[in-house]
Amino acid sequence: MSEVTVQGGQEVVGVGRIEGPILVVEGGTNVRYDEVVEIQDSRGQIRRGRVLEVGEGFAVVQAFAGSTGLSIDGTRIRFLGSALHIPVAEEMLGRIFDGLGTPIDGGPEPLTDTYRDVNGQPINPTARIYPRDYIQTGISTIDGVNTLLRGQKLPLFSGAGLPHDQLAAQIVRQATLGKVAGAPPSESEEFAIVFAAMGVKNDVADYFRRSFTESGALTRVAMFLNLADDPPVERIVTPRAALTLAEYLAYDLEKHVLVVLTDMTNYGEALRQISNVRGEVPSRKGYPGYLYSDLASMYERTGRIRTSKGSITQIPILTMPNDDITHPMPDLTGYITEGQIVLGRELYFAGVYPPVAVLPSLSRLMKDGIGKNRTRDDHPRWGAQLYAAYARTQDVRALASVIGEEELSEVDQKYLKFGRAFEREFVNQSFTENRTIERTLEIGWKLLSILPKKELTRVTLDEIAQYYRGDDAAN
Amino acid sequence: MSEQVGTITWISGPVVRARGSRHVGMLELVEVGDERLVGEVIGLKGDQMTVQVYEETSGMQTGAPIYGTGLPLSVELGPGLIQSIYDGVQRPLPLIEEAVGSFITRGARFDSINREKKWKFTPKVKVGDEVKGGAVLGVVMETDTFEHRIMLNPDDSGSISWIAPVGEYTVDEPIAKIKTGKEEKTATMLQRWPVRRARPFVSRRGANIPLITGQRILDTFFPVAKGGAAGIPGPFGSGKTVTQHSIAKWADAEVIVYIGCGERGNEMTEVLQEFPHLIDPRTGNPLMERTVLIANTSNMPVAAREASIYTGITIAEYYRDMGYHVALMADSTSRWAEALREVSGRLEEMPAEEGYPAYLAGRLAEFYERAGYVDTLNGAQGSVSIVGAVSPPGGDFSEPVTQHTKRFIRCFWALDKSLASARHFPAINWLDSYSEYLEDVGAWWREKTGKDWLAMRNRAMELLSDEARLSQIVKLVGPDALPYTERMVLETTRLIREGILQQNATEAVDAYSSVEKQIRLLELVLYFHERGMAIVKRGAPINLIHDLPVVDTIIRAKSSVTNEEMHKFDDIQKQIDQQMGQLDAEYRS
Ligand SMILES: Nc1ncnc2c1ncn2[C@@H]1O[C@H](COP(=O)(O)OP(=O)(O)OP(=O)(O)O)[C@@H](O)[C@H]1O
Ligand SMILES: [Mg+2]
Repeated sequence: MSEVTVQGGQEVVGVGRIEGPILVVEGGTNVRYDEVVEIQDSRGQIRRGRVLEVGEGFAVVQAFAGSTGLSIDGTRIRFLGSALHIPVAEEMLGRIFDGLGTPIDGGPEPLTDTYRDVNGQPINPTARIYPRDYIQTGISTIDGVNTLLRGQKLPLFSGAGLPHDQLAAQIVRQATLGKVAGAPPSESEEFAIVFAAMGVKNDVADYFRRSFTESGALTRVAMFLNLADDPPVERIVTPRAALTLAEYLAYDLEKHVLVVLTDMTNYGEALRQISNVRGEVPSRKGYPGYLYSDLASMYERTGRIRTSKGSITQIPILTMPNDDITHPMPDLTGYITEGQIVLGRELYFAGVYPPVAVLPSLSRLMKDGIGKNRTRDDHPRWGAQLYAAYARTQDVRALASVIGEEELSEVDQKYLKFGRAFEREFVNQSFTENRTIERTLEIGWKLLSILPKKELTRVTLDEIAQYYRGDDAAN
Repeated sequence: MSEQVGTITWISGPVVRARGSRHVGMLELVEVGDERLVGEVIGLKGDQMTVQVYEETSGMQTGAPIYGTGLPLSVELGPGLIQSIYDGVQRPLPLIEEAVGSFITRGARFDSINREKKWKFTPKVKVGDEVKGGAVLGVVMETDTFEHRIMLNPDDSGSISWIAPVGEYTVDEPIAKIKTGKEEKTATMLQRWPVRRARPFVSRRGANIPLITGQRILDTFFPVAKGGAAGIPGPFGSGKTVTQHSIAKWADAEVIVYIGCGERGNEMTEVLQEFPHLIDPRTGNPLMERTVLIANTSNMPVAAREASIYTGITIAEYYRDMGYHVALMADSTSRWAEALREVSGRLEEMPAEEGYPAYLAGRLAEFYERAGYVDTLNGAQGSVSIVGAVSPPGGDFSEPVTQHTKRFIRCFWALDKSLASARHFPAINWLDSYSEYLEDVGAWWREKTGKDWLAMRNRAMELLSDEARLSQIVKLVGPDALPYTERMVLETTRLIREGILQQNATEAVDAYSSVEKQIRLLELVLYFHERGMAIVKRGAPINLIHDLPVVDTIIRAKSSVTNEEMHKFDDIQKQIDQQMGQLDAEYRS
């Protein structure tokens, strides 16, 4: 990775045009595409920006802090000659930074001469290690049916007012390297945590800070905060700054890093705003056509590489506008990430925590981290069976709402019973409950035992013989 | 060899404008900036050229030079392609890793095909032979079992004035000399071919041999022919990639070209780590030994993503020209279309639907047209089959890429979100999917299995569409309102859905079903239906059928009976006879 020390560069006085956060600077020569600039207003205050487009004798610059207070004549632009770099160091754990990586906790600048380009570089697919080690989160809807692996990117799709922050905090607090079911818990390997907030309220950031403090994790956390009242354009950099530190921790220092990004929907809005100001042709809902590639340039900074023992696991949080999963932000995120955990309002109203809507949730890497020698042999089929049964429950509920519960067949009534128990006993658990994988499997089998054996076609007959505990006598 | 042809005047993402259009041609490969990044001329106007750059342009300056090469964007073709993994413009990723580490930095330049490696060449022509373009000059063994046929460049012809004797040669060394009039040309084992130009052949043939994939819902229900084109659209997480991986593993093609086009890094790594350990059931060799991978993941430069599709299809055509059956997977063509859109947007072209350029349909047509079953220039027969994944925004098939794709493919495998969330995999909706190859491949099935596959397949489809209709009624009034004969249909379609259509790609036995196993399963289920129907017609209550132990046996047969244990199906048939026979006897009279 390139390392540079930022030095002075050419300076231009006055700008040609200002439109929203975008400045058109005339007169620079041979400006570099994507280089960082320092923008000085007439009172000598400095803010930073980035070159979005260069032409002969002009450059289009995006000011991270917006253009408030900038004037046509009184603004000086200094081109710094390279893309935005941030310092990276182990001692950044335990510290708090603004959205561009400057300390805001009153402490000193990190002492290091290692600077990294916030844009990162694509991992060569030949250099990756395919993720296989599961992370035990202690949450049944994750460990049991949507297992998270080290090196996976698994977002939380949520809605305004749903407890995604609690769930993320619980995951962070409880996450340990998974063990084979029944194996004694070994000392947990601790994760370093990189937390990036984009456009969320101060109480959200505060909530996480408190939660990290209570669990004693604070010294392992680096926080990058761009809050709701911070400049929106800065949000474009915040997750990238966070991931740049994460890559250093994971691939240089060989740590296991958990990255929490919240709220990516606010990030998307900032991107849309800049795109609209520039008059770019929009694709869907005003978002730019390159939204997919832009998001991928961050989400793909997850994984493991062969030259390091470390890993980066990403948990981006997105609130879906109007709970609409087809909105471009969740939609394109889902197309890039390796599954999604979806929170549902119905379950939330029913008092279920965490209100994980199991059916639309998915972990694509699950299949590679569970089963024999990883969790337990029956785990994959057990999971598929729970899904199939719960999906059937939905059909039965629909039918019951038309013809009435009493009119349902005996088997269908059992599905109703299964569905209720599944939500109350499997999905529902307390904020502090940390279930082992064997406990999760056990609850699942208990629930499957509500159904007649004949319905359980996803698990093997041997597994039924071993784990089924129902009173169904039929074959 | 390359000289400066222009000076950069404007940069926006992957698109660069430069002054100096006089010395370059449209679609010429150029080197951009001091780092000499790879680019392609995509527009010429007045004194200006527009270039799309295949590498990250961050840090590039106006005033920097552009160098011409005089060549169009091309791929290198020759022995050594198989088992390679390239980026979208055919840079070998393993060499890049070796040279610059785990992260791809720009400006890294490597030969696509190893220049040092020696191949044992055996000539197939002799001095004096008249040869035309595409003629096989000799062969080398590219793997232990794969014969790579060294062909004369399609544009050349003449008489052989010298041919190398059997021996070890690098791809750069001359292996033949061809005289055309006064001119003499030297041929090596290495060829270049411009990626945007389809390789020529003599003629197309009808596509009437199915590409057998071992996937029951594909082969039995919606087959694609060798040389055909199929589209597999679906929302995120519905199974496009798993299905394409399954086809890449099990399809009865001799060469697989897999293009990861704007998708995940981990998915390419999975193929890279898994394929060398999986054995091709037909040759006994590792699957990697028939596979070429193109990986231009979502975070790699977007213009190279656009090129990756062409790089892949050109390699596929090259093996077709040797007389092989090639299957090409592109995951996902939507990301490729988005790359077109992004470049077009930067050029401020007039957008058509949803920001896509008006030429989207034309480009899709050109791509799918390169599929085909052909008579090659050297008199052999070969095919390229294309399976393109489509990722419609919000899973809505009415969007432009899905709609235009539908015009150019004949086989449509529609993935369905609700099936996927119920973990019914492959989540291919049997009512929304279609294949226009059904009639064409019927004869092949008859010959191969001696059975009337098409009639059975159509019967099963008829039952499935009955089921859809009956389910509507059940939703309103419950199943009890249906007569037993209709409930019998529902019993059978459950067997079709769970016992045949559902297929678990991660389970060893189930992952691949031989043609024999597929048709036997279908036959058994239909047999179950006929016998059951006869019994309920005589008044037997449906639950007696539902509770027969053989129901469970049939559902589990897909994973309990291996491809080698076909006799076990006879046992299952006996069980049907026995258990149904009993009921039959009870309700006779
Ligand atoms: N045939 C199958 N057998 C078992 N599991 C399957 C099968 N098909 C799909 N799946 C499951 O569905 C998940 C999603 O499939 P896949 O990754 O192929 O989706 P996709 O359509 O390619 O999504 P995206 O557009 O986001 O890439 C897989 O991780 C796997 O768990
Ligand atoms: Mg996919």
